[in-house]
Amino acid sequence: MTSTIAVTWVDACAADEIDEEDVIRFDHAGRTFAIFRSPDDAYFATDGLCTHEKVHLADGLVMDNIIECPKHNGRFDYRTGAAKGAPVCVDLKTYPVRIEKGRVLIGLD
Amino acid sequence: MSERIVIIGAGEAGARAAMALRENGFTGSVTLIGDEPHLPYERPPLSKAVLNAVDDPAPAFILSEATLTEHDITLMRGTVVTAIDRAAHSVTTSDGAVLAYDRLLLATGARPRRLALPGADGVLYLRSFSDALALRSHLTPERRIVLIGGGFIGLELAAAARMRGCAVTVIEMAPRLLRRAVPEAIAAEVARRHAAEGVRLILGAGIEAIEAGAGGATIRLAQGETIACDGIIAGIGAIPETALAEAAGLAIDNGIKADEHLRTSDADIFAAGDCCSFPLALYGGRRVRLEAWRNAQDQGNHAARALLGASEPYAAVPWFWSDQYDATLQIAGLPDEGTQTVRRDLGEDCHMLLHLAPDNRLVAASAFGPNGRIAKDVRIAEMLIGRQARPSPADVANAGLPLKRLLNA
Repeated sequence: MTSTIAVTWVDACAADEIDEEDVIRFDHAGRTFAIFRSPDDAYFATDGLCTHEKVHLADGLVMDNIIECPKHNGRFDYRTGAAKGAPVCVDLKTYPVRIEKGRVLIGLD
Repeated sequence: MSERIVIIGAGEAGARAAMALRENGFTGSVTLIGDEPHLPYERPPLSKAVLNAVDDPAPAFILSEATLTEHDITLMRGTVVTAIDRAAHSVTTSDGAVLAYDRLLLATGARPRRLALPGADGVLYLRSFSDALALRSHLTPERRIVLIGGGFIGLELAAAARMRGCAVTVIEMAPRLLRRAVPEAIAAEVARRHAAEGVRLILGAGIEAIEAGAGGATIRLAQGETIACDGIIAGIGAIPETALAEAAGLAIDNGIKADEHLRTSDADIFAAGDCCSFPLALYGGRRVRLEAWRNAQDQGNHAARALLGASEPYAAVPWFWSDQYDATLQIAGLPDEGTQTVRRDLGEDCHMLLHLAPDNRLVAASAFGPNGRIAKDVRIAEMLIGRQARPSPADVANAGLPLKRLLNA
């Protein structure tokens, strides 16, 4: 089945605005996102708030492919959004990312 | 016959332990006994979000009915355990039930210390969700609220009361705020913030008496000043709930005495959370009791594994946070273990303190500021503390050198 959901690509930031193995916050149209750069230089985007208590994930620490919530140490794999155990049990929503002319674009539905 | 584990106390530590038993593959029976009428819920929001909620607040539940059912955990709510019979391996509840256990976890928590003063009957305290609802009804605009005690609970409540428009005074007996756990320089920043928000701080002040009046009270300070107010809340520390353990003859030492495995003086009884003291190998076996959300959660997890026979010692680095206004105070490790303090600039008028032992071993880090400014670096410091890293004071003071790089050094 072919997906017919239209994705709008939104310019989030410059690719070099994010350090390797780090995250920044991106607010757009009343929503907040977290944009990640992995240690092997790939980019990912997820919802910006922890699914546990609505804390900004961009304030947390990135270690390898894991983002850790700065309040309660809830952990997610930011590539898939998968919650990695208590206190978080709800996965993060992820968004497609592409790099164009040194800019990070995220695909919003 | 399948094994039976009973957990007394359905707060953070008890509830987490119940879940962790299942996560670790335990297939026997798990019974969680709590004296409150609610499902297990988070306590941190009680001094913050619950008080400032626009609509009627609800507890932030840790476990739902569906989760309890799915994991085959029996929750006995509104139930007080009245006795432990160690010889018979059973506990008795307030409704007369006798439950047999093979192993028992005590996660009985702590209760607020009460003011021993004439006239203190009408003073409010905070521990439970129903306490928070009672406080909330007092925190209405223009009301004059006095917080007795300049510790975490008192200051979080002072912030919440200011945010609800109350006129707020904090009275602390010690010459400064947060004396028990926080370095003086950080406590001074917290004091400045409260003063800037319009809180009156009265430090080094003894209270002679509280005189109740129509709809309010007057506090008489030892120095002679009197303070008229509409409501008084005390946050003067917590007392571990040890009565049950004591009556059962378990060793007590500033809480239920546990060893590095969280085992009490009875080999089949463990303890976790606010109710117990335990040795921290990281600080030469120093015995501590930690009243903190993270500790309750970590010890709940650890106790579950210990109940199932795991033998690794409990080795988490102490860590806690306190939210006041839009700022956060975070402390990793035990600052009083340090002999040198190094200041690290975090930008935007924000900094953290790193506390080092004489051999440069990092023993603690503390900071107060916006969560986004401080959380990452305190977390990295916590990992360095856990690894017993010995960074050079010059490196940790160097704001141009990412702290994360020291992790890989």
